[in-house]
Amino acid sequence: MSERHIVIAGAGHAGGRAAEALRAAGHKGKITLLGKERHPPYERPPLSKELLAGTGTVEKTYLRPLAWYAEAGIDLRLGVEVREIDPRAQRVRLGDASELPYDAVMLTTGARPRILPVAGGEGPRVFYLRDIEDCLGLRERLVPDARLAVVGAGFIGLEIAATARKRGAAVTVLELAPQVLARVAPPQIAAYVADLHQRHGVEIRTGAIVTGIEDTGSGVVVRTASGEGIAADIAAVGIGVQPNVELAASAGITIDDGIKVDEFGRSSDAAIYAAGDATRHFNPLCKRWIRLEAWQNAQNQAIAVAKVMAGGSEPFAEVPWFWTDQFDMNLQTAGPPGPWDKLVWRGEPAERAFTVFHLFEGRPVAATTVNNVRDMRFARMIVGRGQPVDPAALADKSVKLQDLCR
Amino acid sequence: MSDGQTGDWVTVAQRSALKPGDVLGVQVKDKEIALYDLDGTVYATENTCTHAYAYLSDGWVDGDVIECPLHGGRFEIKTGKGLGPPIDCDIKTFPVRVEGENIQIKIEG
Repeated sequence: MSERHIVIAGAGHAGGRAAEALRAAGHKGKITLLGKERHPPYERPPLSKELLAGTGTVEKTYLRPLAWYAEAGIDLRLGVEVREIDPRAQRVRLGDASELPYDAVMLTTGARPRILPVAGGEGPRVFYLRDIEDCLGLRERLVPDARLAVVGAGFIGLEIAATARKRGAAVTVLELAPQVLARVAPPQIAAYVADLHQRHGVEIRTGAIVTGIEDTGSGVVVRTASGEGIAADIAAVGIGVQPNVELAASAGITIDDGIKVDEFGRSSDAAIYAAGDATRHFNPLCKRWIRLEAWQNAQNQAIAVAKVMAGGSEPFAEVPWFWTDQFDMNLQTAGPPGPWDKLVWRGEPAERAFTVFHLFEGRPVAATTVNNVRDMRFARMIVGRGQPVDPAALADKSVKLQDLCR
Repeated sequence: MSDGQTGDWVTVAQRSALKPGDVLGVQVKDKEIALYDLDGTVYATENTCTHAYAYLSDGWVDGDVIECPLHGGRFEIKTGKGLGPPIDCDIKTFPVRVEGENIQIKIEG
């Protein structure tokens, strides 16, 4: 089975790691890695941070230098995407109308930004951030004293806001919900993050329903339901992503808010696997299907599924983990998004370095560290274990977290 | 690994400052260095992860491996070898000796 031809559709972070992991796991057959972008596989976190700030380079985001793929016997084709899959004939049709036979397919088609569904939501001065070209285009406009309106106070919106401030832009953030990070953070942590931004000169307006973005010919006016008009040079929108499932749908495989795969990355077609942002996968630790839009999932799910494709039998089973960098703050979370009924603080916001455990019915279901990376390793273990933990011990900094992992 | 043939021995820390099984970050000659105690033997590597800007000394010593606190990159402490994604570049190691109470390392230049 090792002489099989594996086609990887999508040469982003997940696609690149999958190709690399297939070779590392001993796959001897052909690997064709197809991506529509002109860059070899790269990591996206720097696109809202170092690369957008201008302190990092495009090449530093690459997983491997371009030449590495040929050396590893991986046929990396850039600027060519897979258009259609014929699962009966086991052939893929490419953007240039050529066809390739396959023995197995890995779908790493990723996600694309949700478009703001209002008039002007796709105007010429409205920026979305997903790929390197988006980043470089936005960066060019983030000059000192430029006025930027950010729509959406999720992680991407706030990272853009923080980087834009670093570059000297004046920034106003507009958020529909009553708090920032509404989908992902408890109000107390959200308030800490909002305060951080305000201390750095970002204006944050929550409860702001954007009804349209007017293009004035030289700038934009962002209109809200309360009748306000926020004038800016450009707008940047970060209101989430949607998984790219169209190719999977062309093969007739099951879609359910993402390409539905099991813990081994197997889709409803025996020859088609998937990993990364495009998937909703069964997570054995969380005991449910989850869709994640994060670096860890792109990297580690892709590696785990590639090993399965190469003959392995280990499931992908990790506690979801995420980080963001904004100004001088590193915030990390462990655990899937979901409900909690109690927060346990280990340290205080005033210390600017603390850890918060989210408990549900006495069990730790998630944890957040702020400028406290050393706690995260054990927090992940505690969340992964899922056993009830004494809240008083979690809150007591004289109790070592590693002693609570046992 | 650096060959350690050039450069002088420089005292970078007191031996007592480095606890068993732990890692300690120090600065010397504008370089960031991480010192490790593995079963009583001291090792030294660069302290900055090759993947993103983070101090390995804020990370976790797991057996003979240092794990970066930011994104989970792992390196062999004794050799500096990167152990898989996201690491594609090793870290340098430095010769170490303990002279009395002083930990000394040799850095080129």
